[in-house]
Amino acid sequence: MAQCPELCRIVLHFLALDTKNIRNSINSWLYPSLTFGTLLLLWWLASSRGYLSEQFFPTPGAFVTGFREEVASGSLLRDTLASLSRVAAGYALSVVVGVPLGMILGTVLGARLALLPLLNFLRSLSPLAWIPFAIFWIGIGHGAVIFLIVIAALPTIALSTMAAVAGIPKVYFRVAQDYDLTGVHRLTRVIFPAILPQLVTTLRVAMGLCWLVMVAGEMLAGNTGLGYLIHDANNGLRLDLIVVGMVVIGLLGMLCDRLLMFLTRLPGIRWGYDR
Amino acid sequence: MSTGSIRIKGLSHSYGATAVLKDIHLDVSPGEFVAIVGPSGSGKSTLLSLLSGYLKPTSGVLERTGTTRTVHQADGLYPWLTVEGNLALGLPKLDASARQRAVTDMVGRIGLAGFEKAFPHALSGGMRQRVEIGRALCGGTDVLMLDEPFSALDYLTRLKMRSELCRLLEDQPRTVILVTHDIEEATQLADRVLVLSERPASIVYELKIDVPRPRDVTAPGVVDATKAVLKAMGYKP
Repeated sequence: MAQCPELCRIVLHFLALDTKNIRNSINSWLYPSLTFGTLLLLWWLASSRGYLSEQFFPTPGAFVTGFREEVASGSLLRDTLASLSRVAAGYALSVVVGVPLGMILGTVLGARLALLPLLNFLRSLSPLAWIPFAIFWIGIGHGAVIFLIVIAALPTIALSTMAAVAGIPKVYFRVAQDYDLTGVHRLTRVIFPAILPQLVTTLRVAMGLCWLVMVAGEMLAGNTGLGYLIHDANNGLRLDLIVVGMVVIGLLGMLCDRLLMFLTRLPGIRWGYDR
Repeated sequence: MSTGSIRIKGLSHSYGATAVLKDIHLDVSPGEFVAIVGPSGSGKSTLLSLLSGYLKPTSGVLERTGTTRTVHQADGLYPWLTVEGNLALGLPKLDASARQRAVTDMVGRIGLAGFEKAFPHALSGGMRQRVEIGRALCGGTDVLMLDEPFSALDYLTRLKMRSELCRLLEDQPRTVILVTHDIEEATQLADRVLVLSERPASIVYELKIDVPRPRDVTAPGVVDATKAVLKAMGYKP
C-alpha cells in the first residue's frame, strides 16, 4: 500500500507527459492547417466575390482542374521526379564536398586564407549569373540545373560548416588533447559531432536554397521539371498551371525540411537543441 | 600510488608583450596534492595550461612524468556523449566487456548509477563535475589537473564535491594540481598551497598543511592555514 502513492505519481507523470506530447502533436498540425485553411478560404472568397480577377490569379476551381489535368497526363509526376532528382543530386554533391571542405577551412589556417575569399566571392554572386555558362558548357537539361544548384549551395554549406567549426569551444580541443584524440579521431570524434546541431540548420537552409535555384535553373536551362512547367505555363498564359507548379514546389520544399528536422531528434544531435 | 611528477625551473610566459608568469620554480612529488591560489588575473589558469601541455612556456624548463588530464571549470564534457561515453574516453584500448566493466565501476565510484545513459545537459552541475573527475581518473591517469573545478557550483555542493574528491583520491591516489580562487578549498584539500603574486606572477608564498584528509573546513588546522594564506595575499580584515 505504501507503494501506491509512488505508483500513482509515476502513472500521473507518464500521463502528464503523454498529454503534453499529444497536445504538441495536435498543435504541430492544427496551427499550420489553420493558416493554410484561412489562406484557402480568403482565396476562394476573393475569387468568388470578384475581388481577384481570373486574369491575374486563377480561381481555386481552375487550380483543381489544372492539377487534375497535369496528373492525368502524367506530366506532373514526370516534372516532379525530374526536379526531385536534380535537387537530390545537386544537394548531395554540395553536402559531400561542402561539409568536409568547411571542416578543413575551419581547422587549417592555410586553406582558410587561400579559399575563403573565393568562397565569399562565389556566395555573393547570384547563381543565376552562371546560367549562360551552364548552358554553354553543359547544355540545356539535367546537368546544367545540377551545376547551378551546386554553385549556389556548396559555398553556403562550406562557409556555415567553417563557422560552426570556428565556434567549437576551446575546451573540447583541450579534452581531445588530454585523451589522445588526434588526427582523424579529432575530426570524426570531436569536430564532426560538435558541429552536428549547427550542421542540421545549415543543411535545412541549403535545402531551401536548392529549391530556389532549381526553379530558376529549370526555367532558363531546363527542358523538364517543375521550374520548366511554370515557365511553359507562363508562355501559354496558363496561370492555373503556374500555381500548380508553385504549390507542388512549396509542398516538396516543406516535406524536405520536415525530413531534415527529424535529424534533430537523433540523440547525437538533440543535445544542441535541448540545452 | 601515482608516479606522476612535475618539475619547473625558471619558467616564464608572455602573451606578446604582456608578461604573465615570471621565474616560476616548482617541484611536485608523486602523489602530492598542490593548490595554486592568487589574485584574479594573476595567471593561475595560464600556469595550469602550461602544466597540462596546452601551452608552451616562453622560457624555462618544464618536465612532466606520467599522463596528465584536466578537469575543467565547466562544460568540459562532450555533450554528444552519454555519461558512459564520456567516461569511456578516459579508458585505454580495452575489449568491449572490459571497457564496460571499467565504466560501470567508475559510474558506481562517482555515485551516478542509473545515469549511465544520460547526456550531460540532463545532469546537474555537481553531477557533471563528478563525471569529469571520473573521466579524468579513468585509465590510470598519473597527474590530475583541476582548473577551478567547483567554481560554478553552489557552496553546499562545493563542500560535498570536495569530500567526494577526497574519497575518490583515497581509492585511487594521484598527483593533483588544483588551481582555484577559493582559498578555503585550497586549504581543505591540498598538502601544499602556493600563492601567486600579481602579474607577472611568481610564487610568493608556500604553505605546507599537515592535516590528514578528509578535513573539516572548520577544523583549527584548516582555519589557521586559510588565515595564513589570506594574510600572504595581503588580506586585512
